[in-house]
Amino acid sequence: MSEVIRLTTPMTDEDAERLTIGDRVLITGIVYTGRDAAHKRLVELLDRGEELPIDLAGQIIYYVGPSPARPGKVIGSAGPTTSYRMDSYAPRLIARGLKGMIGKGPRSEAVRDAMIKHKAIYFAATGGAAALIARAIVGAKIVAYEDLGAEAIRELEVKELPVIVANDVKGGDLYSEGIARYQRATA
Amino acid sequence: MREVHIDVISEAVKTLCQEANFDLGDDVLAALRRAKDTEESPTGRDILEQILQNAEIARTERVPLCQDTGFAVLFVDLGQDVHVVGGDLNQALFRGVAEGYGEGYLRKSIVWDPAIDRTNTKDNTPPVIHTRIVPGEKIHIVVAPKGGGSENMSEVRMMKPADGLEGIKDFVVDRVKRSGGNPCPPIVVGVGIGGTFEQCALLSKKALLRPLGEPNPDPRFAAAEAELLERINALGIGPMGLGGRTTALAVHIEVFPCHIASMPASVNINCHSARHKEVEI
Repeated sequence: MSEVIRLTTPMTDEDAERLTIGDRVLITGIVYTGRDAAHKRLVELLDRGEELPIDLAGQIIYYVGPSPARPGKVIGSAGPTTSYRMDSYAPRLIARGLKGMIGKGPRSEAVRDAMIKHKAIYFAATGGAAALIARAIVGAKIVAYEDLGAEAIRELEVKELPVIVANDVKGGDLYSEGIARYQRATA
Repeated sequence: MREVHIDVISEAVKTLCQEANFDLGDDVLAALRRAKDTEESPTGRDILEQILQNAEIARTERVPLCQDTGFAVLFVDLGQDVHVVGGDLNQALFRGVAEGYGEGYLRKSIVWDPAIDRTNTKDNTPPVIHTRIVPGEKIHIVVAPKGGGSENMSEVRMMKPADGLEGIKDFVVDRVKRSGGNPCPPIVVGVGIGGTFEQCALLSKKALLRPLGEPNPDPRFAAAEAELLERINALGIGPMGLGGRTTALAVHIEVFPCHIASMPASVNINCHSARHKEVEI
C-alpha cells in the first residue's frame, strides 16, 4: 500500500499529474459540494452562456448531500453519493477547469477521457463512512442554490479528508484494475 | 379487543427511524469484522476498517451512519384483535417518520413528483408502508431506512419457468456484477423468487430483513444462497468496488408460489449500512 499523499486545494495540473490510482490522499482546503440537482443547474447555465455561481478553476467538487447539522456542529454525516449520475454533466465542468471530483463508484468513458484531456482526478471516498468523513469537515457554508436543501452547493473547509485516487490523468482506472486483480475463474 | 392509541404508534416509529440510522445491527457488525479478517486487498481492509470505525462513531455520538438516511420503509403487522384509537393509523405512521427524521437530524430525501419538478417533501414522508393483518392483539413494526444508491441497482425480471433455478442464479450474479461499486459493497443481496410481479419485488425486500447469514429454512434454497454468495464474492468487486474478496456479506432468498406460466425473480440490493429496527407494541 502506498504512502499517504497530502494535497492542498486549489489543485494545479502538476498536482493532478503526480497522482496515480491507488494513492491514498488527505485533502486539506476548500472543496465544493454538488450532486444531481446542482449539476443540472450548473450545466443549464453553461448552455445559456451564463456565469456559474462558483469559479471552478482548480477546484474539487464533492458529490455529497449531507444530513442536517446538529446544533453546535458544522455539518451532519457527509459521505459520498454514487458518481455515475453526474457523468452526463461532469465533462462540461472539467472543461471549465474543475480539477477534482470526490464520489463513489466508476465513471463513464466520456468522464475518464475528459480527465485525461484536461488533467483532472477522480477520488473515491468510502460510501457509508459518513460520520467518520464528517470529522474532516471543519467549516461549511451554502454558496448557491439554498432552495435545494441537502443538494445546495456548499463550500466545505476540510482538513485531511481521506480519499483514494480512482482515476488518474494517465487513464488509470482503479475500479477495473482492482476488480480484475481479485476476480476468480468461478465467477 | 385491545386498544392501542395512535400516539404510542407514532412514538415507536419516531424512535425506530433514529435507532435504525444510528445503530448498525450486531449481525452486520459481526459480518463486517469477519470480512476485515479475511479480506486480501489492503485497500479493501482499509475501507472495512473505516466502515467499522464509522459505525462506532454513529452509535456513540447518535449521528447517522450514512448521510443517506433513506426512504422510510415500514412493515406493520397489525394483530386482528387490536383496536387502534385516537385517529388514523396511517397518519400516525407518517407523523412518526416526520418527527423521527426531524428530531434525529436525518436527511430528508423524498421528492413529491418523481419526474417533473422533484420538490422535496421536507419531512421525509411519505413512508412506504406494507401492512398485514395477523392473528393476535399486538402490533409489530419494522422500520427499514433504504438508501437510494443500492436501491437503484435492484431489478425485477419476469423469467421463463424453463430458465430454472440456474437461470435465476445467473441473473442474480449478473445483476451484482453490473452494479459494481455503485451500491456500496460489501452488500446484502435480497432475492425474491415467485409470486406476481409486485409481490416478487416485496419478497426480495423482506429477504433483507432476515438476520444476516441465517439460511433459508428449505435446504435447497439454503444451498442456492451459499452458492450465490461464493459466486458473488468471486467477482472481485470488493469493498466499494475497488477490488477485493468481500463483495457481499450475505445472500438471502425468499420464495412464494407462482403461476404456471411464470417464474418472477427479483434482486434487491442493500449497502453495507444494512439498517432496520423493530418493536412489538
